[in-house]
Amino acid sequence: MSDTKERKLTIARAMAESVAQYMRKDEKVFVMGEDIGVLGGVYGNTRGLIEEFGEERIRDTPISETAFMGAAVGAAQNGMRPIVELMFVDFFGVCFDQIYNNMAKNIYFSGGNVKVPMVLMTSTGGGYSDGGQHSQCVYGTFAHLPGMKVVAPSNAYDAKGLMNAAIREDSPVVYMYHKGLQGMGWLGTERGATVNTPEEYYEVEIGKASVVREGTDVSIVSLGMGVHHALKAAAELEESGVSAEVVDLRSLVPLDRDTIRASVAKTGRLIVVDEDYHSFGVSGEVIASVVEHDISVLKAAPQRVAFPDVPIPYAKIMEQFCLPNADKIVATYKKMAA
Amino acid sequence: MQPTLEQKMWMYEKMVVSRRYEEAIAAAYMEGKSPVFNMANGPVPGEMHLSNGQEPCAVGVCAHLKDEDTVTATHRPHHQAIAKGVDLKRMTSEIFGKANGLGGGRGGHMHLFDDDVNFACSGIIGQGLGPAVGAALSQTMQKKSGIAVAYIGEGAANQGAFHESLNLAAVWNLPVVFIIEDNSWGISVSKQKSTAVEKNSVRAAGYGMPGEYVAGNDPLEIFKVAGEAIERARAGKGPTLLELQTSRLAGHFIGDAEGYRPEGEKDALEADDPITKFRSHLIEQGDATEQEIENIETAAQAQVDEAIAHARASEDPAPEDALTSVFA
Ligand SMILES: Cc1ncc(C[n+]2csc(CCOP(=O)(O)OP(=O)(O)O)c2C)c(N)n1
Repeated sequence: MSDTKERKLTIARAMAESVAQYMRKDEKVFVMGEDIGVLGGVYGNTRGLIEEFGEERIRDTPISETAFMGAAVGAAQNGMRPIVELMFVDFFGVCFDQIYNNMAKNIYFSGGNVKVPMVLMTSTGGGYSDGGQHSQCVYGTFAHLPGMKVVAPSNAYDAKGLMNAAIREDSPVVYMYHKGLQGMGWLGTERGATVNTPEEYYEVEIGKASVVREGTDVSIVSLGMGVHHALKAAAELEESGVSAEVVDLRSLVPLDRDTIRASVAKTGRLIVVDEDYHSFGVSGEVIASVVEHDISVLKAAPQRVAFPDVPIPYAKIMEQFCLPNADKIVATYKKMAA
Repeated sequence: MQPTLEQKMWMYEKMVVSRRYEEAIAAAYMEGKSPVFNMANGPVPGEMHLSNGQEPCAVGVCAHLKDEDTVTATHRPHHQAIAKGVDLKRMTSEIFGKANGLGGGRGGHMHLFDDDVNFACSGIIGQGLGPAVGAALSQTMQKKSGIAVAYIGEGAANQGAFHESLNLAAVWNLPVVFIIEDNSWGISVSKQKSTAVEKNSVRAAGYGMPGEYVAGNDPLEIFKVAGEAIERARAGKGPTLLELQTSRLAGHFIGDAEGYRPEGEKDALEADDPITKFRSHLIEQGDATEQEIENIETAAQAQVDEAIAHARASEDPAPEDALTSVFA
């Protein structure tokens, strides 16, 4: 990273730039999905692509997710490198068979003689009252199923680097971007997501977490939007003399258990922040990574700040009550330290 | 099949209520959203899909329905909800996220459920088709007389659920009427770009049921064709597929810049407003006087204003209410 030339990009632009640069050098890469052409993607992450690459390589699809998800699997197995968009992750229900019974299993079934080099990019997250079918994260649902790598960037630098790595990868990668971090004003703007992003090609390794803030008293482990809540909480905790470390998972599959364990070994306390539902998900997995490895490092029982196990309510007052935020993280720490 | 005078006036009234309603919702929606348009803000946050222009599809079909008949609607549900007789105050409270809304604020505008009149809608394309088949199955198994209507947009006819549901309704000879509102756009993607056939109604042949395309966005024509399909369903003669040409006068959702529309399309659609046309028809035919029409419009506005005022004055849910009502 050159610090002389600041080039701040939103995640949306970083994603589009990665795809465009890759498409220029590899004609096997193409994009398909709903409203990704003239509209440039509902979340801006394919903006400008149709103008440069045309309709042959930037394909607006009918509202036929099973068909185009399956087509991506077939094209990937047949020598192309498709990038396919599922507009909201909530819509996985209509095409999950292609995702988890085909995309995720065919490499294994074939003993590796078939490759499935595709990227499934999909938007996650709520906080803007879009109701229970347009606000979910379901990180755990995707990460649970073997055979697909899963990444979730929290800022534009990682977004571009992870996208590059995902396109180059010969296995399927589910790329989950949070709507609130896209830098689209109409979805709110989390400033921390718009960061310096080099123009030249680089990769962020899939499966490597990042310690985005160092500390000694507690490890706050999160992903996507949760990282920004964690950073705010850490700044608040600092004012009361508490030194919080923040770990941005960046990848869920493979999960960087070593970085999590090393952090908790140092701090002795673990809070996992996850916008996905509380039970059976990422938060439990992160805690298990620590406790099944070595409980002697723990000074307190690990805690999670996650979405309660209810469908996501529409009314702002109820949705905000359910969502993780910095105050909840700070309060959780105070209880742990008491 | 011709509507009685009473049915005609009912259709006009519901069309006007629906349009005034969308205007009022749009105004409330924009509160708190300028100078910066952020969906999260204002008394009505989230996405908002308006039905302006599509009113004939709602009234022409629902004029034939009774409370026990089921309607499943989409992410663009207000006109159909109004025509099906959903309680306007409770619906508006829901859209404002209030405790006395249909779902206590849990659902929002894409998830309106009114069990009293068997109305439901949902946010995922093609999702209501199966449940409409199920409602019809339930009525049949219980030897009851209700039928079901599944509304979808033309974009949804490319979803697997559409094809599976038509086939299922046909093999089981169920009383379902499938209604496609063809506004020619699925967000930014045109029907022409996304659909292999010019008219989805021809797809009915693949499932052995009658299919008809109704051009003109005309409530009287829709009334006639839908009436025949509903009569068939009630007589135990099985499902029908109807595709109704209509026009989306608003964006896909509020905030949509609509850059994908060809130049002049919007103006042409606005010049062809079905409510204006129906109004002229009623007057020309001597069905109603200017004064009677005006009275309907005044009453419609009053009903809408009352519903909005009711919603605004209603209590917010308690935050912890989010945790209740997960299970029956
Ligand atoms: C399964 C699924 N895919 C995509 C979407 C996103 N989406 C919402 S509305 C819409 C367009 C629907 O078009 P159409 O069915 O014609 O209805 P209209 O919006 O024109 O009323 C799309 C693609 C969705 N809600 N569900």
